[in-house]
Amino acid sequence: MVEAVGSKFIVEEVRKQFPILKRNINGKPLVYFDNGATSQKPQSVIEAISNYYSNYNSNIHRGVHTLSQEATQAYEDVRLRFQRFLNAKSSNEIIFTSGTTGGINLIANSFGKYYLKKGDEVIISEMEHHSNIVPWQMICNQLGAVLKIVPVLDNGELDMSAFKKLLNSKTKIVSIVHISNSLGTINPIKEIVELSREIGAKVHIDGAQAVQHMRVDVQDLDVDFYTFSIHKMFGPTGVGILYGKEDILDEIPPYQGGGDMIKTVSFEKTTYNELPHKFEAGTPNIADGIACLEALDFIEGLNWEEVHLHESELLNYATQELKKINGLRIIGEAVEKASLNSFVFEGIHAYDIGVLIDKMGVAVRTGHHCTQPLMKRFGVEGTVRASFALYNTKEEVDQLIEAILRAKKMLG
Amino acid sequence: MSIQERQEEIIEEFAMFGDWMYKYEYIISLGKELPLIEESKKLDENLIKGCQSRVWLDAQLKDNHIHFTADSDAIITKGIISLMIRVLDDLSPSEIINSDLYFIDRIGLKEHLSPTRSNGLVSMIKQMKMYALAYQTKINNG
Ligand SMILES: Cc1ncc(COP(=O)(O)O)c(C=O)c1O
Repeated sequence: MVEAVGSKFIVEEVRKQFPILKRNINGKPLVYFDNGATSQKPQSVIEAISNYYSNYNSNIHRGVHTLSQEATQAYEDVRLRFQRFLNAKSSNEIIFTSGTTGGINLIANSFGKYYLKKGDEVIISEMEHHSNIVPWQMICNQLGAVLKIVPVLDNGELDMSAFKKLLNSKTKIVSIVHISNSLGTINPIKEIVELSREIGAKVHIDGAQAVQHMRVDVQDLDVDFYTFSIHKMFGPTGVGILYGKEDILDEIPPYQGGGDMIKTVSFEKTTYNELPHKFEAGTPNIADGIACLEALDFIEGLNWEEVHLHESELLNYATQELKKINGLRIIGEAVEKASLNSFVFEGIHAYDIGVLIDKMGVAVRTGHHCTQPLMKRFGVEGTVRASFALYNTKEEVDQLIEAILRAKKMLG
Repeated sequence: MSIQERQEEIIEEFAMFGDWMYKYEYIISLGKELPLIEESKKLDENLIKGCQSRVWLDAQLKDNHIHFTADSDAIITKGIISLMIRVLDDLSPSEIINSDLYFIDRIGLKEHLSPTRSNGLVSMIKQMKMYALAYQTKINNG
């Protein structure tokens, strides 16, 4: 695994790289706490996109001309960088997708159709994003397989003893979120993998909320599949990565058909391309794919020990200050928790808070965060979610608290 | 008052509020005033689902005029509903069907009608017109 040995983490210096953080909203400096939905982008990422279109835009894997070779090289270099980023064994294990959702649909369809039979079981959890529920529901319905749900404890942690009981010889795949986008809970992936191995089930981990907060080593975790979206980790929208173990990817059939994924096509028979191209039908999102390099440079250039320290200080400070607010209740207080807080108010709707604090420059997310079953579990319609990124500061938390207090007063 | 006069009146009221805060304080106070829909009318069939806030709407015809009552679980949504009812209440179905609600834009609340807000307001306007259409048909069919 490549250790990031970046220089000392100075939040003010990091902020300078993100042009949008200089914006004012209604005369107040923008406080961007909707990082769980998407992160902001450093200047280098923004420039890489326009540089691609200005200087070497062309289709990849197809042309003999210079531009196509340059673009292909740049795109494939990014694949190698993701291999290194995740510590995957081979670049054949790195599949470009459109995002986490794209990746999960690929696994559910391709792996699902190949492996799942009537009566087999798929385990997900109560805290999954709809993206890690619906594709499994669809494939289970199609094949007569059964979806099993791991419940969530009151503090927002997975009920691991219930998980153990769910595992049995019919379990074919376990698909669990690494970090909950609604609760911040960091799930015990290694334990989940070990338990699943005992009964021979494969494991997919939804890493959409993890890669921007921690370094992920797929060999160390020993997962079979890992998916994430680059737009949540300081990169462009429209690109995701699906990591899959090479032997499994080799075995399972392609998901979509089209150009790039084939070796030969005739009307009688088509032979498929090798990995990783077998899973990448059609012209991909070249510009944004290439710009991922800059996002990786940014992330790998950071001193992660210090980033962790900074993020946990932010979380602790925000938690402490939020708890001082009368009638506010934090949903999700797992021991292992990433830097986000979901909360509700006694007698006040999340929407009202969200609208008013937006007027005061604070961007948060309100609603069910695409986790309706989880909201039901906690008996709420939705929450206010403040999700922090490494460029956020304690002063911004202060602005959030002040805005909430003012909004509460107006609504009270 | 015609629909247009009602809208102009609201626009004038809002012109007094220089700061967003006064505007929202006013909307919140309207939200608190809005006569709640009768509990018996807070049925699922009267529920307009937005993912963020929920809206209940009921419409009754009296003397060929429609009377709306409504509620929402979010107070800002409720305040805006109250403005809409002020504009569309106690009118004939055809007046409601043909109405153009421009005041929302003019008082700077257009953002609340954006589909991404999913607060039920857009669907509510649609629903109010649907009620009007239904009652119109009923009147025409005698
Ligand atoms: C945990 C989790 N899974 C999946 C997704 C879906 O990601 P995307 O919309 O980028 O495909 C998200 C993003 O909201 C998420 O937070």
